Amino acid sequence: MIPPAFEYLRPQTVPEAVAMLQKHGDEAKILSGGQSLIPMMKLRLARPAYLIDINRIRGLSYIKEDGGFLKIGGLTREAELESSQLVQSKYPLLLDTAHVIADPQVRNLATVGGNLAHGDPANDHPATMTAFGAQVVATGAKGERVIPIEEFFVTLFTTALQHDEILTEIRIPVPPSRSGGAYFKLERKVGDFATAAAAVQLTLDGAGAIQKVGIALTNVGPTPIKAKKGEDFLKSKKPDAAAIEQAAKLAVEGIEPGSDLRGPAEYKKGLAKELTRRAIVRAVERAGK
Amino acid sequence: MAKQTIKVKINGREREAAVEPRLLLVHFIREVLSLTGTHIGCDTSNCGACTVIVNGKTVKSCTMFAVQADGAEIMTVEGLIKDGTLHPLQEGFKQEHGLQCGFCTPGMLMSSYALLQRNANPSEDDIRWGISGNLCRCTGYQNIVKAVQDAAKRMNEKAVAQGGSK
Repeated sequence: MIPPAFEYLRPQTVPEAVAMLQKHGDEAKILSGGQSLIPMMKLRLARPAYLIDINRIRGLSYIKEDGGFLKIGGLTREAELESSQLVQSKYPLLLDTAHVIADPQVRNLATVGGNLAHGDPANDHPATMTAFGAQVVATGAKGERVIPIEEFFVTLFTTALQHDEILTEIRIPVPPSRSGGAYFKLERKVGDFATAAAAVQLTLDGAGAIQKVGIALTNVGPTPIKAKKGEDFLKSKKPDAAAIEQAAKLAVEGIEPGSDLRGPAEYKKGLAKELTRRAIVRAVERAGK
Repeated sequence: MAKQTIKVKINGREREAAVEPRLLLVHFIREVLSLTGTHIGCDTSNCGACTVIVNGKTVKSCTMFAVQADGAEIMTVEGLIKDGTLHPLQEGFKQEHGLQCGFCTPGMLMSSYALLQRNANPSEDDIRWGISGNLCRCTGYQNIVKAVQDAAKRMNEKAVAQGGSK
């Protein structure tokens, strides 16, 4: 399949890229990893007149702890998360997530920034970053703006990014000791989108009760779903089997997944509940270590 | 749209061409450079038949524009053979019947090549993980796994024979 013709622009710096976005407005798209955008262009679901390739901009690819946050550059590839010692040792939720995104070839190009900026609730990082309570840094003509993740996803394929802004960094609060996380995803085969998935990040207090917890769901609504009722229920409770079961039940209350080839809505709801339960169990195990 | 001139080093050879920005890397490789070993399978980023190695990483060349590869080093299946001698992976696929119809083979070889570069002694799980982005429509996975194991063994024996460390 041949994508529609476009003009190819290759800025060397973020301000240069922002200026291009300002000049071309809605006709321009940022090309990051391209693993969602190029397939959409081949299917002619996207027809940007200008593609602004940010892959040659230096300094947008990094994974580091700084000022109480894990900072991930917008151009960081999924494969780089997988091989990062820091991610492997302290961020199991992030490692779980990177590991089940698409397949090895796609992960070599796909970027964390693109996974979020695309605004697809079937993508995996939106729920994961929601569970982490992350922040997104958008860079535009007036400089940087920090957007809490709960305000970032507006609706299907729509984020809080303005047309002249680029997602340049993701900030995850560094988890305190006795923290753990997990991502559970059911996919029909490697490379498929999630039928449903659950992301959990939590911290235990000295007595083993839940001090802090984030729960979010993938591909069961127009945006990632923050499971507030499930989170509130778990707070200050000892995570025994009954409490976890109840939290998982509350987590999927009110969600409205669509019925499609991956299954009917009721099945997906039940699946999301079970994945949430398993993710909480695994996160508690990991926090206790 | 105006054509743009790009340069790549492909299988050790410098090549230059003027291309339309929308030209996909796989079309550039097959139609402009006439290297038809790389296949187009699903054309929707699923099957991995078009897998090539760009700057040391496997990518699906149907999901990358040729202009993005400007200045890159690319390796395709044609780059495996050295001075008329098959690569141990090619020997392994031949020995262990790692192909039936052969359509997925170029992509399987490139993914396996990248895997063995990172991990000289992969377990069966490592191999299955390494080729998880490549589909074999004949479902000949058992023998593909054996072929990669055979290649790893050949490569390690060769390294020992040459007195090199693994």
